[in-house]
Amino acid sequence: MRQSNLYVILFSIGLTVVFGGALSLTSVGLKPLQDKQVELDTKKKILGAVMDISTIEDPNEILRIYDKRVKSVVVDINGKEVTTDQKGNPVVAEKVNIQKNYKYDPQERMYPVFTFLDESGEIEAYIFPTFGAGLWDWISGYVAFGQDLNTVKGVAFDHKGETPGLGARITEPTVQQRYVGKKIYNDQGELVSVSMVKGEGNANLSQHQVDGMSGATITGKGVNAMLENYLECYSAFIEKTKSQKTASL
Amino acid sequence: MSEEIAEISEESAVAAIAKEPSEPLLSKRRKRIVSDPLNEDNPITVQVLGICSALAVTVQFKPTMIMSIAVIFVIVFSNLITSVMRNIIPNRIRIIVQLAIIATLVTLVSEVLKAYSYDMYKILGAYVGLIITNCIVMGRLEAFAMANKPYDSILDGFGSGFGYAWIILVVAFFRELLGGGTVFIGTPLEFDVYGSLGGLLGTSLQTNGLMVDSIGAFILLGVIIWIQRTKNGYVEH
Repeated sequence: MRQSNLYVILFSIGLTVVFGGALSLTSVGLKPLQDKQVELDTKKKILGAVMDISTIEDPNEILRIYDKRVKSVVVDINGKEVTTDQKGNPVVAEKVNIQKNYKYDPQERMYPVFTFLDESGEIEAYIFPTFGAGLWDWISGYVAFGQDLNTVKGVAFDHKGETPGLGARITEPTVQQRYVGKKIYNDQGELVSVSMVKGEGNANLSQHQVDGMSGATITGKGVNAMLENYLECYSAFIEKTKSQKTASL
Repeated sequence: MSEEIAEISEESAVAAIAKEPSEPLLSKRRKRIVSDPLNEDNPITVQVLGICSALAVTVQFKPTMIMSIAVIFVIVFSNLITSVMRNIIPNRIRIIVQLAIIATLVTLVSEVLKAYSYDMYKILGAYVGLIITNCIVMGRLEAFAMANKPYDSILDGFGSGFGYAWIILVVAFFRELLGGGTVFIGTPLEFDVYGSLGGLLGTSLQTNGLMVDSIGAFILLGVIIWIQRTKNGYVEH
């Protein structure tokens, strides 16, 4: 009986129902918790680009700091603020899916901009999300600039599937620290971005170069391409904000 | 007459079952089920299974540890489930059933991690798929759980899981030390060996890039197999 076709078919159906049911129950049941974790992770990364949050253990504390000190807008490629999407729903910067947006044409993407306020409510830093391809999978990051919108204040990179100890080192503070103080515009006011050079321990780096990670040149190139592409897309917003600032002075 | 014989034999069979004392929870045989895979019948060094993940995940200690825990969990529970179901699984589709059990457990692990420990989930993400294709898990289901009782199967799962774990942890320890110059990075025991040693000696020590590559894992695994076989005299026939 155990070998009959009918038994095999019925067994397969039963198995599918039981296992599939168990999996979908877990998935649905855990969804709210998972969404919260993703939200917390995003906010942690945004804050991580401008301040040291590694000592804060309590997730609620992070959310509290975020709510108090971070303001966000969404802009399009021309630097114009976007408040509603094509269907007319309001756009929330934290909810914009960068990974999904990356697939669209740069003209159609939405670009969230996060501003980090100091204690008195003045803008202390601008944070832009970036997204691109690494060696094995996607990489993403948040790049923070000072008030001049030129000097890098900090970066927070993230990756999926890069090799630990090699490409995955882009998430380590020692590597990310190398970006701090670098500039993305040259003296002529042209956007040149910041690029990671090949190899580690390089001397005489310019203000647009950072030391590389030995053994992870391709991931480094991916980071370079990601920064270059996304900063290009944000350049309209950057120019606009800069000119507004000079006008108000 | 024939009925009588049947009755007697049935009686003695019942008596035999009733008389036989139940095996102690940790009898000699059961201890061997757990201890054999740790050394003499190690899944990696002797059976040469699970090599793919041993090469891929052992660059650093921390992800290797997470991988070990996940594999032990999956192997124990898939062994248990398969063993419980072993009498109703149709022989012709048993491999698919085993795969379904493993894949379900692995997906459960990653879903729970995503909800409760998102950072861990991000590190594990790349490796979860590797557990599904880990030959050791499937090998144990096919070779042991399909023919043994649930409790023995759990023990077998622990044995094989720990046998796998200690080998990859040793490999990861040395790969991280030689390739990155640190030990236990990302854990509370984190220590920059090359950095402090270089500071003591007044020079900077160069790490070995070969160890970060899979080749480094191959070399280390070879050395472990060499030492092990020299000690226990295992010879391949």
